[in-house]
Amino acid sequence: MGEKTIEIKVLRKDAPDAPSRWERFRIPHRPKWNIVSCLMEIQRNPVNAAGSPTAPVVWDQNCLENVCGSCTMLVNGRARQACATLVDSLGTAIELRPLTKFPTLRDLVVDRTPMFDALKKVKAWIPVDGTHDLGPGPLLSEEDQALRYALSQCMTCGCCMEACPEYNSGSKFLGPAPMAQSYLFLIHPTGRLHQTELRRIALEPGGINDCGNAQNCVRVCPKKVPLTEAIAGLYRETTIQWFRDLFSRPDR
Amino acid sequence: MSEPRFVVVGGGLAGLMATIRIVELGGEVDLFSLVPVRRSHSVCAQGGINAAVNLKGEGDSPEQHFLDTVKGGDFLANQPLPKGMCHDAPAIIYMLERMGVPFSRTPEGRLDFRRFGGTLYHRTAFAGATTGQQLLYALDEQVRRGEADGRVRKFEFWEFLGLVRDGEGVCRGIVALDLRTMQVHAFRGEAVLLATGGPGLVFGRSTNSVTNTGSAAAAAYLEGAIYANPEFIQVHPTAIPGEDKHRLMSESARGEGGRVWVPRKKGDPRPPGEVPAAERHYFLEEKYPRYGNLVPRDIGTREIYDICVNQGLGVGGEMMVYLDLTHIPREELDRKLGGILEIYEIFVGDDPREVPMKIFPAVHYSMGGLWVDYEATRDGLPDPSSPRNHGTNVPGLYAVGECEYQYHGANRLGANALLSCIYAGKIGALAATRYAANLRSSSEGAPSSLYESEKARWTERFAALSRMAGPENPYRLHQELGELMTREVTIVRDNRRLEAADGKLQEMMERWARIGLTDAGAHFNYPLAFVNQLRNMLELARIITLGALQRDESRGAHYKPAFPRRDDDHWLKTTLARRALEGPVLTYESVDTSLVRPVERRYD
Repeated sequence: MGEKTIEIKVLRKDAPDAPSRWERFRIPHRPKWNIVSCLMEIQRNPVNAAGSPTAPVVWDQNCLENVCGSCTMLVNGRARQACATLVDSLGTAIELRPLTKFPTLRDLVVDRTPMFDALKKVKAWIPVDGTHDLGPGPLLSEEDQALRYALSQCMTCGCCMEACPEYNSGSKFLGPAPMAQSYLFLIHPTGRLHQTELRRIALEPGGINDCGNAQNCVRVCPKKVPLTEAIAGLYRETTIQWFRDLFSRPDR
Repeated sequence: MSEPRFVVVGGGLAGLMATIRIVELGGEVDLFSLVPVRRSHSVCAQGGINAAVNLKGEGDSPEQHFLDTVKGGDFLANQPLPKGMCHDAPAIIYMLERMGVPFSRTPEGRLDFRRFGGTLYHRTAFAGATTGQQLLYALDEQVRRGEADGRVRKFEFWEFLGLVRDGEGVCRGIVALDLRTMQVHAFRGEAVLLATGGPGLVFGRSTNSVTNTGSAAAAAYLEGAIYANPEFIQVHPTAIPGEDKHRLMSESARGEGGRVWVPRKKGDPRPPGEVPAAERHYFLEEKYPRYGNLVPRDIGTREIYDICVNQGLGVGGEMMVYLDLTHIPREELDRKLGGILEIYEIFVGDDPREVPMKIFPAVHYSMGGLWVDYEATRDGLPDPSSPRNHGTNVPGLYAVGECEYQYHGANRLGANALLSCIYAGKIGALAATRYAANLRSSSEGAPSSLYESEKARWTERFAALSRMAGPENPYRLHQELGELMTREVTIVRDNRRLEAADGKLQEMMERWARIGLTDAGAHFNYPLAFVNQLRNMLELARIITLGALQRDESRGAHYKPAFPRRDDDHWLKTTLARRALEGPVLTYESVDTSLVRPVERRYD
């Protein structure tokens, strides 16, 4: 009796400036395996479907439990975490490609530095006075905590960036994830003390006004981060600021 | 004159906290990490972080927290550092709160606390069931602020390879591999802090992330740093098995009321929902009426082993028991445990709100690690101004977080890991800056030949590794290593089998030399980096095994049926592993029990 197998087609690239090429692998099918288990099987047996030895497929990974954001790739065309994608949900033919909105560095590894740079741009942090003991932080309602917690589960994986039509090489838009992080800090009681600055940053080119409201982001987010709720909230905040600045900011 | 520059290796909680403190103390940091620091393994911590702020009016106190911690560790921990940690814990929680961590709240808007193992108090602050993620993000954000100010330079996708030491043996910097280009570089630092996490991958599949090879700590050990208590490996009672890794099912599930049971009847074929209450064996609650399902992890794990292996009562005859949440309201489960329930749903496919989870014990944490020093004041607290705190035996080399051995003794209590990482990062950073201020000569003045020669040595070593063309596949060899270590050196240990395992490990080292690589890539050649890590994992595996072999007693996570009792007369001692030319050499030093006298450890 022949063993049940699955075929995996991987879009590979040896170096950032090298051409891409497809390579096929055939591996045994095992129930409950995820994409990462398949790629690990290729590491243990680096032979392609034609029977030729080859370099194991290279991908980013760390936690393998859908919380670190490393292993994002296009699985059968959809941006998702390789660790949280079970092969049983995909049939017997699987196609893996790197995300397209970031430069490919090797095989399925892409450079997501722009996402982290965007967090710098929107000042996604609380400007604490120091780490020494200053007593408890501000009180927070359960409701506010729930929203902040939901937004703070963003793992910078890039699925929303891949899905967003406005995030592309021709646009300055920082993308949905950094917008939601901007809002996360704006609604914190300490962030509120800096709301003018934070709102003005969000009004700059590449900010909230470049969002086209396609709402693709929220549909693909693996952490169900309420991205559109954050974007709508940020839009309200910045509108208030825009009006204020219109009438009172002397440099306008 | 420029600010003193430090090297921090590792971007989890300990490394990030150290970085934040060094910047705050006026230094600058080169921060190295295998992955973008926001993706570090601390992200996996689920249940919470301990601090005795007594917001539930139970009369909890930092001193009680300290007593629970020392007892939880079966009295093997040197006591001053855990005492300092427990007393600083409330300030740490408040600092994190001010940094914006979305901790779960009470109706009054204050921090909420839950129960955890090894204590009778509500002492664990939490952010849903993804507390580690939320803490890591808060520290990552503060480091990003330092980066935006030009005080921190991040080297992400870089791997630590080894130390740069001067003629007097003082650590003056590191050698690291740029995984983007596979080029080796050397870096100067007034001091080097390793915050490189645990060695879960030595056991193949564990609850750890794939970067947790222990390779960096092993590299320091190979260069002369002492590794302490390697044999103390925590096996977490509740995980879900997987092909790529085992996934943690947080202790918070039991903290929120989850119950562990098996059917009383061997081989009961009924689905769990059809087993009536009277026919369920709640074995932890029955044997430990006071602590119930919240006994410390070493005990929980041994009881599950006993039920499944010795009594044959495991679900389906396997090493598997039920962890049951189905009696708790859905809304409460979603709010307090959403993150872990989601993990179970994704990877197992069942809804744990409806069906009891099937869980088993998996390797989770290393209490042992690089030996580090401390200095105590007369009242038994660590002296925060001492440059000795968290210093290894190599001058200028510090270690913080899971990669060092302090705080947890023979068994770590749940929700103390995040705390010890942050506390160690805080005081380790202060110690390193004190050390640097006292240095007679700055590393800025160290001869560049020092760095060039180490760089050349490692470049040559990697060139040699990349030429390896033998028949052994490194990933298959790693799989064998993991199977061996999990089978022979985890929950139950036996001297004959440990000896045989050490023999196998030495064979594997020989086989390692016959590895062949099929990747000649000059970018992200992870297999090449893995071959280097694998060698280091084998070195660590040997001292874990030998430490276990030598220690003829049972204490905390270390259990030998042939020596079933704790033996303070002979073994109230820290294991010290040093690397000599002929292999590992183990010696022992006494434990600092100046604050609490060891007593029998009971939870029933």
